[in-house]
Amino acid sequence: MRRYNARIGMVLFGVYLLLYGGFVFLNAFAPETMELTPLAGVNLAILYGFGLIIAALVLALIYGWLCKPQDQDAADAEEVEK
Amino acid sequence: MIYEPSAVAVAFFFVFVAITLGLSFYLGSKAKSSQGYFTAHGQIPWFVNGIAFAGDYLSAASFLGICGMIAFYGYDGFLYSIGYLAGWIVALFVIAEPMKRLGKFTFADALDARFQSRGIKLAAGISTLAVSVFYLIPQMVGAGVLVQPLLGFPHWVGVVVVGVTVILIVVSAGMVSTTWVQFLKGSLLVIFSAILTWMILNRGFSIAEGGNDGYAFQTLGPVSSEQEFSELPALAGTTPVPADGAWADTPFRRFRNDKTGIVSVWSLAQDQDGGLVLREAQSLTEMDDGTILVNGEIKGTKKGEAELHPVGNVTKLPGGESHTGRLGLLSFFSTLQESEVVLWGNQKIAEPDSTTTVYFQKPTPGSKVLRPGEHPTFSGIRSTEMLDKLNFLSLMLALFCGTASLPHILIRYYTVKDGAAARKSTIVGIGSIGFFYVLTLYMGLGAMTSGSMDVTNSNMAAPLLARSMNEWLFAAISAIAFTTVLGTVSGLILASAGAVTHDLVTHAFGVELNDHEKVRVAKIASVVVGAVAIVLGILFKELNVSYLVGWAFSVAASANLPALVMLLFWKGTTRQGIIAAVVVGMTSSLAWILLSADTFTKVYNLPAADALVPFSQPGIVTIPLGFLTLVVVSLMTGAKTAES
Repeated sequence: MRRYNARIGMVLFGVYLLLYGGFVFLNAFAPETMELTPLAGVNLAILYGFGLIIAALVLALIYGWLCKPQDQDAADAEEVEK
Repeated sequence: MIYEPSAVAVAFFFVFVAITLGLSFYLGSKAKSSQGYFTAHGQIPWFVNGIAFAGDYLSAASFLGICGMIAFYGYDGFLYSIGYLAGWIVALFVIAEPMKRLGKFTFADALDARFQSRGIKLAAGISTLAVSVFYLIPQMVGAGVLVQPLLGFPHWVGVVVVGVTVILIVVSAGMVSTTWVQFLKGSLLVIFSAILTWMILNRGFSIAEGGNDGYAFQTLGPVSSEQEFSELPALAGTTPVPADGAWADTPFRRFRNDKTGIVSVWSLAQDQDGGLVLREAQSLTEMDDGTILVNGEIKGTKKGEAELHPVGNVTKLPGGESHTGRLGLLSFFSTLQESEVVLWGNQKIAEPDSTTTVYFQKPTPGSKVLRPGEHPTFSGIRSTEMLDKLNFLSLMLALFCGTASLPHILIRYYTVKDGAAARKSTIVGIGSIGFFYVLTLYMGLGAMTSGSMDVTNSNMAAPLLARSMNEWLFAAISAIAFTTVLGTVSGLILASAGAVTHDLVTHAFGVELNDHEKVRVAKIASVVVGAVAIVLGILFKELNVSYLVGWAFSVAASANLPALVMLLFWKGTTRQGIIAAVVVGMTSSLAWILLSADTFTKVYNLPAADALVPFSQPGIVTIPLGFLTLVVVSLMTGAKTAES
């Protein structure tokens, strides 16, 4: 179960890394795209930035929901000790 | 700008400190064992621990530094918010559960779980101390900055007050009280920031010609040649001061009033049609004899005497309106996008017997305020040079990797009972911290347009914004900011004390201590680290707090993350590999910082061109270097360890 949790963690980490990496590289190599105003007159810099913060919370909640409950953790720990 | 100590603020301040101390003494009487002292018996409820994460993490740098940076440069400060929060993803998905599973008291425990090596304990203990002290400096500087206007004390008094209070908190009760102080402070910070944001949206934007003391800054022109300025009525009865010495080649022009002898400073610029304009600037001159001149007059000490004017105004709104009225969460940005705001730049001019800092107006379109790349730290993204872009990438990498390596965050995984509680409290932490970081953009931009900014001190932006709303809010926000400092500093001191007691004294030096002695050693270590922090806080008072925190993140990420991650994910990791990675990561990142252009100009007062490293942020070089060192040393020593 520990492996299972760790694998979910890695997949979600990968997803966030892509999002964050996309933001950082867009800023570094195409900063002018950040000035576009695709939605409600708000620019991409703000939309993407808020998006990253919301995405972090959403992914965290998905992780918490998918991970095995704590009694499994305890069972796991015993298994390891054996 | 003169800050009058406000009675309400002083009262709030003392009430907060009293509650904090009272809580500490009360809880301190309950915690007796070392288990209780360092990790609160692992019995903190996960929700409380989650909010306490926010309390630990939302330091003076987050609140004061980020708001200040946004207020003075626009969007750029928000990049810190994004990076700081992203770091939590690493903490949750990669580090949280293994840390809880492997360790008992400190980060070094987890690192050393497989090897039981004194070397690892020593290296990890020292790196914990180094990172904590680095992180303590900006917190102490922030404390001094706050107390100055709040209570009217000099900077050093603020630093000493914080230092002593925190030492009392940590010595009296350890992790239990620290956690509850963090919980209290984390909740208050988030709640009051939300109230402040709501008030900003309610107030909307209004056009003004200056700050909220009613002083209107003048703009003269446009004219087609400089000579025409002296014919303007606004400059009648003045004589131009020749632009010689250090004033030559600056965009500044000075005029002496023929009657009073007072010299006013203006900045020369071109308007959008190519005409020349003179914009009224503010100046602060420090004479060698200690006299301080403000805008050419001797600095006053009372209301009505010479002082710098508060600034921060909108000069144009979309559709030629003069007031927007209430704004929504998105229309706040779309309105600002179409407006024009006056930002303030500054330039130091050193003459033989005095140094003058000129603060000058920079009318800036909202679309520029809301895009990244206006602050000097981030301006590299608009450069064509790869090295300038690397500096930005390096900082964003350090912020991403740094959170999960900060010792005072890592020890919080030992205050809950199991992996699931560690996970849940991290999720609560991410929720509350993320919410707060979204608010920083509103608060920063609200401060920028509040008419209450102090041009000399960006760190005061958030409290001054609150003051522009009302005195009570100012008192509450200042007291919370101060408790913020208290909370973060106590967490850091506790992490250092834990490292000294468990990693260095008990394991690395092999001193046998019983439970009682461990707590005593930790308390002595707290007093020593607290004293060191007080001294450093006074020495580094000139530096921007957000910037200093960036350093701490770089050192933490370079020293701790490679060892932690590789231990968890690579079976070939050896004891020697971990020690080498921690030592190389720590020393290389520290050395890089000390040899960088930023340190040369801001700390040593040397020209940036003399710096020995190509850009200022070390992360992009020293984090991979840590990983590389670990792999190479592990491969070299792996076979030998297996044989033996």
